[in-house]
Amino acid sequence: MPLPQSALTPAGPQAARVLELGTLFFWMCLAVLLAITLATLWVLWRAPKGDERTPAPGALPDEAGRRRAVCVALGLSIAGLLVLIAASVFTDRALARLPLRSALHIELTGHQWWWEARYDDAAPSRVFTTANELHIPVGRPVIVTLQGTDVIHSLWLPGLVGKKDLIPGRTATLTLQADRAGTYRGQCAEFCGLQHAWMALEVVAVDPAAFDAWAQSQRQPAAEPSEPQRVRGRQVFMGSTCAMCHAIEGTDAAGRQAPPLTHVGSQRTLAAGRLPNTPEHMASWITNPQAHKPGVNMPAHAFSREDLQALVAYLQGLK
Amino acid sequence: MRMGRQTELVQARIEGAALDVSHLPSFGFSHRSLMWWGTLGLMAIEGTVFALAVGVYFYLRSFASRWPMEDMPPALLWGTANTLLLLASLWPAHAAKRAAEALDLKGVRFWLVLTSVAELAVLGVRVLEFQTLNCRWDGSAYGSIVWMILGLHTLHLLTDAWDTLVLTVLLHTRNLEGRRFVDVSENSLYWYFVVWSWLPLYAVVYGVPRLG
Amino acid sequence: MSTQAPVLNDVPPTPRQVAQLHATWSDPPGPWGWLSAVNHKAIGRRFLVTAFGFFLAGGLLALWMRTQLARAENGLVGPDLYNQLFTMHGTTMMFLFAVPVMQAVSVYITPLMLGARSIAFPRMNAFAYWVYLFGGLMLFAAFLTNTGADAGWFAYPPLSGPDYSPGKRVDFWAQMITFTELSALLEAVILITTVFKLRAPGMTLNRLPLFVWGMLVTAFMVMFAMPAVMLASTSLITDRLVGTHFFNPGEGGDVLLWQHLFWFFGHPEVYLIFIPGLGFVSTIVATFARRPVFGYPAMVLALIATAFLAFGLWVHHMFATNLPELGKSFFTASSMLIAVPTAIQIFCWLATLAGGRVNLKAPLLFVLAFFFILVLGGLTGLMLASVPLDLQVHDSYFVVAHLHYVLLGGAVFPLLGAVLYWWPLITGRMTSERLGRWSFWLLFIGFNVTFFPMHLLGLEGMPRRVYTYPADRGWEGMNLLATVGAWVLAAGLLVFLFNLWRSWRRGERAGANPWGAGTLEWGSTCPPPAANFDATPVVHGAYPLWTPPREPSQVAGLAVDQREQLVTTVLDAVPDHRVSFPEPTPWPFLSALAVTLCFVWSLFTPWGAVYGLIPAAIGLTLWFWPRRRETAKHLAIERAPR
Repeated sequence: MPLPQSALTPAGPQAARVLELGTLFFWMCLAVLLAITLATLWVLWRAPKGDERTPAPGALPDEAGRRRAVCVALGLSIAGLLVLIAASVFTDRALARLPLRSALHIELTGHQWWWEARYDDAAPSRVFTTANELHIPVGRPVIVTLQGTDVIHSLWLPGLVGKKDLIPGRTATLTLQADRAGTYRGQCAEFCGLQHAWMALEVVAVDPAAFDAWAQSQRQPAAEPSEPQRVRGRQVFMGSTCAMCHAIEGTDAAGRQAPPLTHVGSQRTLAAGRLPNTPEHMASWITNPQAHKPGVNMPAHAFSREDLQALVAYLQGLK
Repeated sequence: MRMGRQTELVQARIEGAALDVSHLPSFGFSHRSLMWWGTLGLMAIEGTVFALAVGVYFYLRSFASRWPMEDMPPALLWGTANTLLLLASLWPAHAAKRAAEALDLKGVRFWLVLTSVAELAVLGVRVLEFQTLNCRWDGSAYGSIVWMILGLHTLHLLTDAWDTLVLTVLLHTRNLEGRRFVDVSENSLYWYFVVWSWLPLYAVVYGVPRLG
Repeated sequence: MSTQAPVLNDVPPTPRQVAQLHATWSDPPGPWGWLSAVNHKAIGRRFLVTAFGFFLAGGLLALWMRTQLARAENGLVGPDLYNQLFTMHGTTMMFLFAVPVMQAVSVYITPLMLGARSIAFPRMNAFAYWVYLFGGLMLFAAFLTNTGADAGWFAYPPLSGPDYSPGKRVDFWAQMITFTELSALLEAVILITTVFKLRAPGMTLNRLPLFVWGMLVTAFMVMFAMPAVMLASTSLITDRLVGTHFFNPGEGGDVLLWQHLFWFFGHPEVYLIFIPGLGFVSTIVATFARRPVFGYPAMVLALIATAFLAFGLWVHHMFATNLPELGKSFFTASSMLIAVPTAIQIFCWLATLAGGRVNLKAPLLFVLAFFFILVLGGLTGLMLASVPLDLQVHDSYFVVAHLHYVLLGGAVFPLLGAVLYWWPLITGRMTSERLGRWSFWLLFIGFNVTFFPMHLLGLEGMPRRVYTYPADRGWEGMNLLATVGAWVLAAGLLVFLFNLWRSWRRGERAGANPWGAGTLEWGSTCPPPAANFDATPVVHGAYPLWTPPREPSQVAGLAVDQREQLVTTVLDAVPDHRVSFPEPTPWPFLSALAVTLCFVWSLFTPWGAVYGLIPAAIGLTLWFWPRRRETAKHLAIERAPR
């Protein structure tokens, strides 16, 4: 069952209000389109026929009847437009008035080509950072602060809310809420370079208790590996260039340019939705990221088969 | 300052099916000439560019915590001197225009030479202005827009100065068509634009940073 | 130096005068003559052919993209090439086709419609064409050497800035803008001067054809809109090449400054494309309804209102940014209200057809497509004008659908109709009515099959500018359908071109005024002779060829052995004075080469801008410098104003 990514199946109040407005616009616009098309066909059918030699007058006397018809049509058009403007403003207001009590705060930063999400909290020790996969509690508003670091990106989760740009040098906010449990897919909606097409993110809406449990586990540093293959895997990680870009809380790896891997084993996808998170795909990604996302900032790695398997085992165990 | 000599509209003669225009003049001044419309079009375009550049200046300033972003605003000396020089240069330009509209070749030659000298002087002082702006184009967005505004205006100074020089030389040759007088008149009109458009730019570049 | 008395035309002109007149206004033969041509019809034809060449190139790029997108996770085109494809497609269509082609039609048709012998500033007209051609060639030369622009046709920084688009790709893109905007701005000045000062006597402003009103309004818009993109592209070039910080927030610049400047130009830009289309519709509806367009004053005011309102919409391209919400609401209202003048025009055209005698030929069919396609596009435009709706569909395939519906419905279909309509005038041959209808239906069906599914794709979450998409989204079916439609569209275009080619080779000869039209461009032969008319007509109505003849009917007393034209007053087109026009000269071409050198050199070193100015100044000066022989001829018939 593919993950929902449609504005036509809203799962939250923001997207639902927009769909209501869209439905009003759709029916009114369809009526206008039909009216004009039918009027055109009717005129063509009913008007007397002529050809190139039919005499044409240089000027015509006053056509009061036609003028009246045009004025009536114009009046109806203006009235229709005013209705649409009013409906649009009304929806705007309604969206701005949605309740924000006990909102969750997430600070989202757009990178080429991944999403960094910092879950804010009043207590600094409860703040944690994850990437590309956001869990949120069902029924609770989420205020997302949007920042750009490199180029302009845009957060678009069609099933939940309209989009907003992440602009370097500026901060924006977006409020969303999921009223139904489920996983909602979104993509970057502002052309941001070579891998704009594969900059997806997933919002996983779960019941509040499950969310609290998830958040609590996200706050923990990476568990110490005990099993020998995973210990070897961690050595491989720390000994190669991985640690320069990727952070794993609880170890010395503290790179900030790439998604943090502290809990990568528990994520559903890799590389911002590019690949499912399985050992095979992870191995393929590590070996040659360019084959999956040409132009991505991660270099290729030539590990030996044992090293690679150990590394994958280590990372898969970071749940 | 009159905008241009208005001669009477000579009536074409109707003779049966023919509308005879053979006795109409071969050139006209001000809005009757094609050249005037061309010049006006260029003024509208360039005026829009200046207006937008000024808009950019204030836009960037609205975000800035301090303005100018550099330590000091542009030095007043050469900018003010050039403003006065530009205003003074209106006099030979206007005299050249009047002479052209009176079809006075000697007068045109004299005043064109003076106008050329004035325009070259303005260009020379403009170099000094650039040297005392107290900012670099690559130092900050403030520096960038100041250099852009000054650069745009300087480009117009350069092109009009070149135009005036070419006309000055041309008007000193013989066997000139009457339309050359129209060219002189329009060249002065364009110089008016270069001078008057400078005043708001001067106020923005030199005045606004000092508003505090 | 001539010592003979000047030869002036009589009414009616004698055959000898006619022959001499058209010889005087002809361009010289041979390749050097071709480079020296200043006749507006010659330049207009070149302009049209060049613009259509770019149209076909842009279309091929689109077919390439659509073929890549027909299947999910397709490997035909990788991201780097795809980014160049969609950038080049948009850039070519918007900068190298849509606006230039409208100006091209205007260059050819306007002087004819006004009863003039020539366009104003004919050398500058030639120069503007060459600058446009060289700018377009530069961009494609870059594309063909893997230096194609790849940051989108509106190139937002920081992506298009020095940090994230290193190399020369965006430099060439930004400089191409300089070329094309220079060309368009010069053409605008030329057109305004022509319309105001070179009309035939008796063509008062309220007798000006609606097509000319459209082009006049468009020219004014060009003058006030293009400077914004010139300033923006120049600022981008300086940010990239000499370290300015206009768009660098780290040093006091602002990323959104680009968007404001660009869209302040960009929104009027689409109306620069749309309003000439409206002019085509008015022209063709009148001729094929066999009557004047209903509601002339309302039509003119609607054009002017559209032009003004077009400058007040630009923020609707920026609804997803963090601009203040109250400001955005203003732009919602203005973006919706601009539908009102267009609605007036549609109702007046329907009234015209209803009150006329309809001759349903191919040009009218293409114009009728407007009533469905443009209206549909305009209605989705209303949806995009609403902020909440826009925030869902902005930057998705819904917008791709909308923009193609309005651009093709509002401009390209009417343009194709105008090509079929004026083809007999330009070439003297008729096209095949049957092939015209075939091409129409293929194009109409192909267009809708291509672009209608994109509305749904956008609502289903597919963003713009993606080189591929996941297989599990359910988007593949509609993408495949759109690709099939694109190939049908291409077939329709092929049939259209085949129709033109066949007519060119052996089409039936058109007599004079084959459509029985009412405006002056049809008042001479098909094609018109070098000086357009044997004698300048005197106009007595808004549709001169449908107005009963009255005296005076033609202008006498203009020279036939040198290039002379009548200048009339702005409001009432009363004869004012006679003006000598320049003879063919290669200096516009050579100056354009010099300017090209200057612009391209400056991309490689800032000093190129300085050194490059020198040959440009030399070229322009030698262009201006009067030739002794020409001056002597002019002096022989000169009269000073009293």
